Amino acid sequence: MIQRRGWKRWLIALAVLHGIVASAGFFTPYDPTEQDRERPYLPPMKIHLVDAQGHFHLRPFFYAEHLRAGSFDQFEESTDQPVPLRFFVSGVRYRLFGLLPSGIHLFGAQASRFYLLGSDAYGRDQFSRILYGGQISLLAGLFGAGLTLFFGTLIGATAGYYGGWRDGLLMRVAELFVALPWLYLLFALRAFLPLAVSPVQAFFLIISVIGAVGWARPARLVRGVVLSAKERDFVRAARGFGATDWYLLRRHILPETSSVVLTQAAILVPQFVLAEMTLSFLGLGVPEPLPSWGSLLASLQQYSVLVSSWWMYAPALAIVPFFLGYLGLASALQQDTGAGKIVNMTDET
Amino acid sequence: MVRMARFSIFERLLACGLLLASAAVLSKPATGIPRQASPSEELLNLPGELGNRGGRLVVSLRAEPKTLNPLTAADGPSREVILGAMQADLVHINRATQLTEPALAKSWKISPDGLQYTLTLRRGIRFSDGQPLDADDVLFTFRVYLDENLHAPQRDLLIVGGKPITVRKVDAWTVVFQLAKTYGVGERLFDGFAILPRHLLEKPYAEGKLGQTWAISTQANQWAGLGPFRLKEYVPGQRLVLERNPFYWKTDTKGGRLPYLDEIVFLFVPSADAQVLKFQSGETDIISRLGAENFSVLSKQQRGYTMIDAGPGLEYNFLFFNLNELGEKTLAPMARNEKWFRDVKFRQAVSAAIDRSAIVRLVYQSRGAELWGPVTPGNRRWVNASIPRPSHSLERARSLLKEAGFSWANGPNGESLLQDSDGKPVEFSIITSSSNADRTKMATLIQDDLKQLGIHVQVVPLEFRSLLDRVTQTKEYDACILAIASFDADPNSDINVWLSSGGMHFWNPSQTRPVTAWETEIDSLMERQLTAPSYEQRKQLYDRVQEILAEEQPMIFLASPDILVGAKNSIGNFHPAVLEPYVLWNVEQLYFMNNPEKSGR
Repeated sequence: MIQRRGWKRWLIALAVLHGIVASAGFFTPYDPTEQDRERPYLPPMKIHLVDAQGHFHLRPFFYAEHLRAGSFDQFEESTDQPVPLRFFVSGVRYRLFGLLPSGIHLFGAQASRFYLLGSDAYGRDQFSRILYGGQISLLAGLFGAGLTLFFGTLIGATAGYYGGWRDGLLMRVAELFVALPWLYLLFALRAFLPLAVSPVQAFFLIISVIGAVGWARPARLVRGVVLSAKERDFVRAARGFGATDWYLLRRHILPETSSVVLTQAAILVPQFVLAEMTLSFLGLGVPEPLPSWGSLLASLQQYSVLVSSWWMYAPALAIVPFFLGYLGLASALQQDTGAGKIVNMTDET
Repeated sequence: MVRMARFSIFERLLACGLLLASAAVLSKPATGIPRQASPSEELLNLPGELGNRGGRLVVSLRAEPKTLNPLTAADGPSREVILGAMQADLVHINRATQLTEPALAKSWKISPDGLQYTLTLRRGIRFSDGQPLDADDVLFTFRVYLDENLHAPQRDLLIVGGKPITVRKVDAWTVVFQLAKTYGVGERLFDGFAILPRHLLEKPYAEGKLGQTWAISTQANQWAGLGPFRLKEYVPGQRLVLERNPFYWKTDTKGGRLPYLDEIVFLFVPSADAQVLKFQSGETDIISRLGAENFSVLSKQQRGYTMIDAGPGLEYNFLFFNLNELGEKTLAPMARNEKWFRDVKFRQAVSAAIDRSAIVRLVYQSRGAELWGPVTPGNRRWVNASIPRPSHSLERARSLLKEAGFSWANGPNGESLLQDSDGKPVEFSIITSSSNADRTKMATLIQDDLKQLGIHVQVVPLEFRSLLDRVTQTKEYDACILAIASFDADPNSDINVWLSSGGMHFWNPSQTRPVTAWETEIDSLMERQLTAPSYEQRKQLYDRVQEILAEEQPMIFLASPDILVGAKNSIGNFHPAVLEPYVLWNVEQLYFMNNPEKSGR
């Protein structure tokens, strides 16, 4: 196997992006569920260096905003009092990576709230929501992709290695799963769950179901690789020496599938992030007040938001670097291993 | 592009047809319908601005009407089309004044004991196919409305004191209605009962097919009514076209026969956003049922149209808790939570903690009213202005909860959590309809309000059917947010909600006998107001109902949205009302100003 550096760069970029999302508590100024009922749909605030009197300030500052008199949705700056923007301020308590309790935020302000990317319908900070939303969406993506690959590899390897009626049966079941109308399945599942189940639990249950149901495609790919691998000379030789099935699979055959599995992983993660968005769009995702990229974008279903609140598009932009990273990683991995066939197979999805 | 071209050809054909039709009318004055009233016809002279004749009004409808048969119409779009534009009743409630006025009956008399209503019909009136109207049509109409086999949704309104109303003909223009008991609503009773043409419907009725006749695909010549417009054409999935009823029985102040418009086109546009786009592009002339956000988008870019905020309508949104008698075994978790919900202090505390002004501001962009009772400020005649309207207060909520035996404990992250007297943390879920963004938003605000009290609330948006199923059938829910939009300002229109035996008595529907003392009192008040003879007495009784509801909080009333509408500037006599149909209630008087190319003259 020839190693090239290409995929490492992608991996580092992805690690940085995920690191930012994982430590959202530090990078965001506020709790993503905290409402500011005086400032719904506030546009992103402007950062100033020169105040209304023409004086220059060394420290960047902003003006607090309030509703223009007589209007329900137009805001104006209160230019009499500049609020300085501070870095490494203490604010809302949070747990870094879910563990370390802290209260230090990268930026913030004391006298008034600062909205870097504006606010949503309830006056919640859009920037905080995007970063925190990424936690749930990416977790869903990684978790779902992991499950799918686990089942896919297991079933694909079994079918390819043992062949015969087992292969036939498993592949027919795989076809059945591909043909399953999973959307209706999910609706039925959600209606069946008791209301007392916490919504976050319910959501991850749904992700597990999609993950478990999605094994068919990777299973087919893995089966193909295993089919060809088990006929290789070194495998035959090992078998001739009396190696057990488990030893052969572990030592010789599964390592052959690693490139396919890794490429699949890089393709599946964004797919599951998209699945989370679809679910949230349909109201099956993480419920309010928790943010996720899907639920953030769901507000764009309304025409009024679409035409009058441009900053609500921001989550869509936030997703781009992540997807670019994953797809770049997938194609770099593919180039490294020259597995050209996979492109055709995965394009169907 | 292709579709547009086709439409313009269609329009041209239509224009030719109209010219031919008007030529035919002019050339045959003897058999045609005179534009000015003849003395033999007792027409109704309507006050109001004089308008130009002609033009075609295009309106969006959120769904296809299921039927054109007033007997079986139960869905909103059917009722809007039929009652708004195609049919007429004996006595009509003026949507602007909310008072009754003569319609097909030019006058009525109520006997001193309140049991006998004598109605005198207008003479010389004809259906839209030219056949005359007389007392036999009225008798036929009420016979079929009362026929049990036809299941007319309005049949219940004609059962007074357990007995159906009987109708008797005195002469060709006089009809007597006999009631078993006095009926508080009085002549308002007749509003909404469309008078049907006996000559067209007697045969299907005899054959037992009346329920199926007058489907939406009916041929125009098989249909007749007494409204300002009559059926012209129906294109499935696209539009319903109505044309002027040449025999209509109302005139303007100069004696010119109404309606002014030649045609109304109802386009079927299911999504609210698509309706906004169509109105913005000028494809439709009028828009109603607007959400506050779309209203402000349209208001911002006004081009040739005017947006009007008609004030609070009759819709009331409310939160209610599950107060059913639940089986301990089947629904154990719900039954455990019920212990809190049954405590009136708990309900009052939740009500006190809800920031209603934030709901009005964030959900309705301040185009709405806060509510503490079911009667909105839009219902001027029936609102009880003296029920308490306490403002949002967490302190009051906390002291109410303390009185009820609740206490606070520290949670894992240092927040304080509410727990009941057994030390169980107070948590419940609120279900809302996932298709209604407004109510989901209210639930999210309430969730945040109750978090301040240490109550953990989950918001669960459900598809509307499964929501209703949980509320009315399985009773598997903790709390729910719903709205009711009364069709009339009269308390009777919601009687099903307040009577403990009613199917819409949401918190504990269809009880065989009232469970609580206050529900017993509401039952008796509602029944007394049904038969109370005067408005003042009924008002007094209904005021007491509102007081009990405000005290007991079986429903925590939240807010009422304003009726938001818009119309092109060229439309005259546009006076939206807060009663349905909001913009088409005076459709016979709507006209296009200074619009020579569209005018029929």
